[in-house]
Amino acid sequence: MAGNNDSPLPVRTGFLGWLNKRLPVDVFVRNQLTGYYAPKNFNFWYFFGSLALLVLVMQLLTGVFLTMHYKVGELTAFDSVEYIMREVPYGWLLRYLHSTGASAFFIVVYLHMFRAMLYGSYKSPRELLWLFGMVIYLALMAEAFMGYVLPWGNMSFWGAQVIVNLFGTIPVIGPGLVEWIRGDYGIADATLNRFFSLHVVAVPLVLLLLVTLHLVALHESGSNNPDGVEIKEKKDAKGNPLDGIPFHPYYTVKDIVGVGVFLTLFCAVVFFMPTFGGIFLEKPNFEIANPMSTPEHIAPVWYFTPFYAILRAVPDQQMGALLMALSLVCFFLLPWLDRSPVKSTRYRGWIWKSALTIFVISFIGLGYLGLEPPSGLYTMLARIFSVTYFAFFVLMPWYSKIDPVKPVPERVTNDHG
Amino acid sequence: MSDNSGAAIHGSPGSTDAVDQSRRGFLTMATTATGIVGAAFAAVPFIASWSPSERARALGAPIEIDVSKIEPGQMVTMTWRKQAIYVVHRTPEMIAKLPGHDASLKDPASKASDQPAYAANAKRAVRDDFLVVIGNCTHLGCLPKTRFEPGQPELGADWPGGFFCPCHGSRFDLAGRVFNGSPASVNLRIPPYSFTNDATLVIGQDTVAKGAA
Amino acid sequence: MVESLMHRNPLGRTAGRLAMVGASLALGVVLLCSPAVRAAETAAAGEAEHAVEWKSWKAGNSIADTASLQRGAANFTNYCLGCHSLKYLRYERLGKDLNISPELLRKNLMPAAAKPTDYILSSFPKADGEAWFGRSPPDLSLITRSKGTDYVYQFLKTFYVDDSRPTHSNNLALEGAAMPAVLSDLEGVKRAVFSSATGGEGKMLERFEQVAPGQLTAAQYDAFVRDTANFLQYVGEPTQVEREGLGIWVVLFLLVFTWFAWLLKREYWKDVH
Repeated sequence: MAGNNDSPLPVRTGFLGWLNKRLPVDVFVRNQLTGYYAPKNFNFWYFFGSLALLVLVMQLLTGVFLTMHYKVGELTAFDSVEYIMREVPYGWLLRYLHSTGASAFFIVVYLHMFRAMLYGSYKSPRELLWLFGMVIYLALMAEAFMGYVLPWGNMSFWGAQVIVNLFGTIPVIGPGLVEWIRGDYGIADATLNRFFSLHVVAVPLVLLLLVTLHLVALHESGSNNPDGVEIKEKKDAKGNPLDGIPFHPYYTVKDIVGVGVFLTLFCAVVFFMPTFGGIFLEKPNFEIANPMSTPEHIAPVWYFTPFYAILRAVPDQQMGALLMALSLVCFFLLPWLDRSPVKSTRYRGWIWKSALTIFVISFIGLGYLGLEPPSGLYTMLARIFSVTYFAFFVLMPWYSKIDPVKPVPERVTNDHG
Repeated sequence: MSDNSGAAIHGSPGSTDAVDQSRRGFLTMATTATGIVGAAFAAVPFIASWSPSERARALGAPIEIDVSKIEPGQMVTMTWRKQAIYVVHRTPEMIAKLPGHDASLKDPASKASDQPAYAANAKRAVRDDFLVVIGNCTHLGCLPKTRFEPGQPELGADWPGGFFCPCHGSRFDLAGRVFNGSPASVNLRIPPYSFTNDATLVIGQDTVAKGAA
Repeated sequence: MVESLMHRNPLGRTAGRLAMVGASLALGVVLLCSPAVRAAETAAAGEAEHAVEWKSWKAGNSIADTASLQRGAANFTNYCLGCHSLKYLRYERLGKDLNISPELLRKNLMPAAAKPTDYILSSFPKADGEAWFGRSPPDLSLITRSKGTDYVYQFLKTFYVDDSRPTHSNNLALEGAAMPAVLSDLEGVKRAVFSSATGGEGKMLERFEQVAPGQLTAAQYDAFVRDTANFLQYVGEPTQVEREGLGIWVVLFLLVFTWFAWLLKREYWKDVH
C-alpha cells in the first residue's frame, strides 16, 4: 500500500466500536482512503477512472429498473421498449439514461485508456493493472453488444447477424460455433434470450469482479502520475510519500467536481439530444427486427467503429476478422512492446510523440470511417489508417528504444496552489 | 469528509495560509446537502416507475355491465382493476331478510367499512335489488364462495344466506357485511359505481347525483 | 472551469495538446474529404444549380406548437387513419397531451366504435392492403424516429404522376411507393420534370409542373404537411416536450452542485503545495 498503515486508528466506543471489532471499517477507510496516498499532480486526464465507476453504477441501477419492464422474446421485446418509452412513469428517462450511459461508458473508458498511454501507466509495476483494465474493456464490449440486441430493432438484428457471423470465420469450428451461439439457424428468439441473460446477469457479475481486481491492483502499486515518477521512492519521516496526498479528502473533493461536470454534460445529452443525431440511438433501430430487410446502411454503434473499419478495410474475410481481433490483442501487449526507459510522454522524445499522435489520428479516423458507408476514397483511407494503427504497436519495441528521451525529475513537477 | 481538514501537507514549511475551518465546514455542508437533494431527485424516476403504468391506468377505466340479463337470485362476476367484482341480483326475499340479523354482525351499519357514501346505507347499495361488491375478502384477499341458500347447518343454524370464504372461514351476508366470529373485521368493500340507466351498471364511475336510485 | 482543472504545467499541456491536435487533425482530414467526394459527384452530374434540392427540404415544425399538433391530429384522422395505425398511442393519451377535451376528442378524432382507452388502430384490413398495394400500410407510430420528420415532410410533397406505376403515381422520397397519391385532392396533381443528365444519386428533379389544381394553395398544402409531420413527430415520442422541460431544471441543478463542489475542492486544495 502506498500509504502509512501504522498511523493510529480512531478510538471508537458504542456502535462503531462494536462494529469495528467485527468488520474492519476504520482499517479499510485508513488503508484505502485517508491513508492511501495518491500523487498530488493529477491533471484533467485523471478524472475518468472515478467517472467510469460512476457510469458503471448508473448502468447497473437503470438496468435493474429497465429489466422490470422489458419483456424478452422476439414477439414482445420491441413492443416492451416502446411500452417503457410511453407508458411506464419516467420509463423514457430510465431508458435514455441507460442508452446514453452506454456511450458515456465508452467515452470515459477511451479517455481513461488514452491517459494510460499518455503517461505510460501500463508500464512496470502496473502491467497487471493494465491487463485487468483491458479485460474490463473486452467485457464491456460484450456487454454493450448484447445490450444493443435487446430492443430487437432492425439494427439490433443485423448487428447481431454481422457480429455473430464473425465467429464463422474461425477455421474448422466456425460454422458450428455460429449455430451454437445463435441457438437457431438464424438470429432468433433463442439468441435474444441468451443475450438477455448474459447482459443482465453474467457479464455484469464478471465486470464487478474485474473492477474490484482492477482497484485492488491499483491500490497495491499506487497510481502513476503525469510525470511518471514513482512517488513511493521519496518518503518523509512518517513513511508517507513526499509527493503524495491522502486520497480522502483531496481527491474525493476533486473527483466530485469531475462528477458534477460530467453529469451536467451527460444530462444535457439525455434530456436534449438522447439519440445524439442517430449516433447513440440509430434510426433503423426504431423499426422492428426484420430478417427480410437489411437497413440500407449498416454500421455498428460508434464505439465499435474503429475495429469495424479495420475489418472492412481488408478485402479478405478471414484476414479481416483476424486483423480486427489482433487490433484488440495489441493493447494487451502494450506493457511489453514499450521499451522506453521513461513512462510519461512529457519526457519522451519526438519519435514517441509523433507515433502517439499518428495512432490517435488513426483510431479516431477509423472510428469515423466505420460510421460512413464504404467508398473508394474512404476504403483507401481506412487501409492507410489500419496500417498506421498496427505500425504504432508493431514498431514500438524499436522506436520506443531509440526515442531521444529527456531526463526525468526526481520529484513530481507540481505547481498547484 | 473532514477527517484530514487542516492537515499539514508535506513541503509547505513556508506556508502562510491559515485554514478557514468555518468556510471549509460550510462548503462541505453545502455540497453534501446539494448532493443529498440531487440523489433524492434522482430517486424519483426509479420509484415512480413502479407505479401503475399509463396502460394499467387506462385498463383500469370504468367498465359497463348490462344487468338486465342477471336473473333474480343470480350473481355475475367480472374483474375491474385486477379485482373480482360480484354483482348480485337480490330477490325481494333476500332484501327482506337483510335487517333481521344485525345483532350477529360486526359492523351492521358499515361505520368502519370501506364504501362510497352512496352505498353506506342499510342495504349497502345504490339500488336495493343489486349488490355490487369487491369480492376479495377483507381478511387476506381470497374469494368467498356463494352460499345464498338460507339455513346451511355448517354455517350456523340461522344462516340467512350470503358468502363464505374458504381460506379462513369468514362469513358475510347478502349485503357483504361480516358476521361475528369471522377473522375478517370489516365488511366487503364496495367499488365506486353508478347506473346510467335501468339496465346499465358502470363500475369505476361514481354516482353523480347523491342518493339517486 | 475545465481550464482551471487542467494542469498548469506547460509540459502537461503539451501532452494534452498533442492529443487534442491529433484528434482534431484526424477529424479534419476525414471531414474535409466528405464534401470533396460529394462535390466531385455533383460536378459529374452537371446542371446541379437547376435541380430542385427536395432532399434538403426541412419540415420546419415545432413540437411545442400545440395548435399545429391538433391540426396535425385532425389531418391524420381524416386522411391517414383510413389505412395507417398508430398502435402505440391511445386516444385518451392523445387528448391529454394535445390539450383536446374528451368531448372534442370523441366528436372529431375518434371513430364511433372506439373507446378513449383504445389504441389508435386503423380498421383497414391487412389482407386488403396486401392485395391492393402489395404490402399492408405500415404503422406510423415510429416513422419520424426511423426516417426523420423531414422525410415525412418530403414524402408528402414529392408525389408525381407516373403512369408506369399501378397507382399512376410515384414518389421521389420513396421510389416506387406502394401508397397512391391520396392527398392529390388537396395538393393537386403534379408532373415531375427531370433533367436529362443523371448523376450519382439517380434522377435529378428540375421542377414540378402542376397538372391539375387541388383544393389547397401551395402555401396551405405546405402548412398541412408541416402540421401532419409535426403530429407524427409527437407520436414518435410523446414525452419529448416533458423531457426538454425537465432537462432545463436538471442541468441548472447540476450546475449549482458543480459550483459548490468546485468551491469545496478549491478550499481543500489550499493545503496542497
